[in-house]
Amino acid sequence: MEITVNGEKTAIEEMSVLSFLQKIDIDPKRVAVELNLDILPKADYDSTLLKGGDQLEIVHFVGGGR
Amino acid sequence: MSDKLVIAGREFSSRLMVGTGKYADFQQMVKAIQVSGAEIITVAVRRVNISDRSKESLLDHIDTSKYTLLPNTAGCYTAEDAIRTCRLAREAGLSDFVKLEVLGDEKTLFPDNEELFKAAKVLIKEGFTVLPYTTDDPIVCKRLEDMGCAAVMPLGAPIGSGLGIRNPYNIRIIMETVKVPVIVDAGVGTASDAAIAMELGCDGVLMNTGIAGAKDPIAMAEAMNLAVRAGRLAYKAGRIPKKLYATASSPIEGIIE
Repeated sequence: MEITVNGEKTAIEEMSVLSFLQKIDIDPKRVAVELNLDILPKADYDSTLLKGGDQLEIVHFVGGGR
Repeated sequence: MSDKLVIAGREFSSRLMVGTGKYADFQQMVKAIQVSGAEIITVAVRRVNISDRSKESLLDHIDTSKYTLLPNTAGCYTAEDAIRTCRLAREAGLSDFVKLEVLGDEKTLFPDNEELFKAAKVLIKEGFTVLPYTTDDPIVCKRLEDMGCAAVMPLGAPIGSGLGIRNPYNIRIIMETVKVPVIVDAGVGTASDAAIAMELGCDGVLMNTGIAGAKDPIAMAEAMNLAVRAGRLAYKAGRIPKKLYATASSPIEGIIE
């Protein structure tokens, strides 16, 4: 199935959000995730299964001033 | 003597806040922040680069037990984008503190106050501690305070311009108009600009380019640390009034004849 991650289409097998983050080597503690425009609480990463067509935004803090 | 900056019930010893952008590398950034004495540091929220995971993360270099992270909404031009960014920041971070900025255009980076009000209203309702970047307009600042913002952050001059405090009179009126902390945000180019902001009675100063863009950012970070403290001390000490003519500082009596 295909999902969109940070604007890019990606083909993945069925898995949870947590598994997906681990697969792409992202520390879940360091990011925030939006699933189909809604914030996904960290506690739900494990129990939330990705579905075809899902839109995932994964953000983190970077250097910035104003 | 204790002279703490209090924002939404949280106490800070330093009145200087610094950004984390535009440094040559993380080592330089860490050193500059340390030398600046700042306790609040601003960070931006951006997409993780999925295809290139080799880059180090900002949080690998910042001790979050020591510093208060202030995520900002830099680069947002609508209330909707700013709100979305704040929600993500709260989820990624550790607190409800957000520096809200909604920009009007790319050339001036001036705030779009209409969108700012819209975003502030929603975010305050959602329990965020909102520190808004705003024009140096006392009416706008008062309205932001009345809405429930925890501080107001009027610009001294356009972001990254280094023009200093272009309208000190407006900043003074803002000081008299609002009770929440007034933090000058943007425009500081050198130490005297920061000192002037503090001498006016501002509660704090936020800067990034003024330090990171200097030839020697670490030396400038120290200069800013001293300037903010010197300006604050001078404000508390109470300066002499300005007069047109001289007043002798040595006694007139006992002059040799």
